[in-house]
Amino acid sequence: MDTCIKKIRELSADLLEKGEVEKVIGFAEGTIPMATSPIAIQSKKDVEKLVFNSTCGLNLANYVSRANYVAGEKGKIAIIAKGCDSRNIVTHIVENQIQRDQIYIIGVPCSGMVDKHKISRLFEDEVIDFSEDNDSLIVSSRLKTLTLKKQDYLRGNCLYCTHKNPVIHDVLATDPVEEQSLENPFPDVDLIEALDLDAKWQYFENLTKNCIRCYACRNACPLCYCPTCFVDESSPQWVGKGQNKTDVNTFHFLRAFHCAGRCTDCGACVEACPMGINVRDFTRKLNKDSLELFGWEAGLDVTKRPPLDAYSPDDPDDFIK
Amino acid sequence: MGNLLEHMGIDRDRVHFSWISSAEATKFVDVVKEISDRVKALEPNKKFVKDYN
Repeated sequence: MDTCIKKIRELSADLLEKGEVEKVIGFAEGTIPMATSPIAIQSKKDVEKLVFNSTCGLNLANYVSRANYVAGEKGKIAIIAKGCDSRNIVTHIVENQIQRDQIYIIGVPCSGMVDKHKISRLFEDEVIDFSEDNDSLIVSSRLKTLTLKKQDYLRGNCLYCTHKNPVIHDVLATDPVEEQSLENPFPDVDLIEALDLDAKWQYFENLTKNCIRCYACRNACPLCYCPTCFVDESSPQWVGKGQNKTDVNTFHFLRAFHCAGRCTDCGACVEACPMGINVRDFTRKLNKDSLELFGWEAGLDVTKRPPLDAYSPDDPDDFIK
Repeated sequence: MGNLLEHMGIDRDRVHFSWISSAEATKFVDVVKEISDRVKALEPNKKFVKDYN
């Protein structure tokens, strides 16, 4: 990771100096351990602020959609992109949110991001320091220091990731990493599918019972770029805005469905959730259906339209009478 | 959408999709009859129901 951040900084400094890009969007150290925050660097002197480690779990494609693109901006924007970020950039291009020539993609082959909730649970008190050494994580609280194997603390989506390398890029910061091939990419979905109807319902009621409707999952999601989200609409008001559990589940159900055939399983929603809710349980089912019914994985090809956006006479239609 | 609802625990027999032309009155009747029969066969729905009290 050390060599990778050096390369990212070099590339960024070079691009800014030559004036090829207006700004570089990347990750900066966060204000608490095990967190990074997005940053836009406009001057070469700030490139030292850029970092890249196993806590860069947000999706930077969120910051280059048309809604976030500064009006009237002429220059290019450079963006640091992991495999999943790059797939969301492809989705942005396909959905006409940005043009390919508006962005310069610094691809970073990714070895996975860590699950900060899983790590925090190992400590009785607050984590105060986090560092990495190749495949080990060194995490400390005031009471103890633990050395952990990164592989054991990967986030769920990184564990089942089959697109670690950026699918689209102008330059790569490191050599590509080996992709894994999985016999079953959706074991988590299968577990829920094996439950009976009432148990499924109970599972999702439990899942969302701590939801505080902060919409961090939506805000972190690069797919959610609507100028006004359906939950913020007041006329008509599609869904109640309080803590009523039916409203909470309606929000989660509809948010997930709006991502059908578009979700890249980047995990930004889970990363952003302050309550530690695995909101991916909703979108994962749709990703599985997309793959099984349409042979589709989102964000792999700028020339293909997503399945719910295109019609083919071969589309599965056994649900319709 | 039906699949995701079922994944969340909503009985598949409660959600029906059909394409009926305005000229297909008999198909409309048949479909509505079938839907109401299948829904009546289920217990009253208690999921995704908002409690206003």
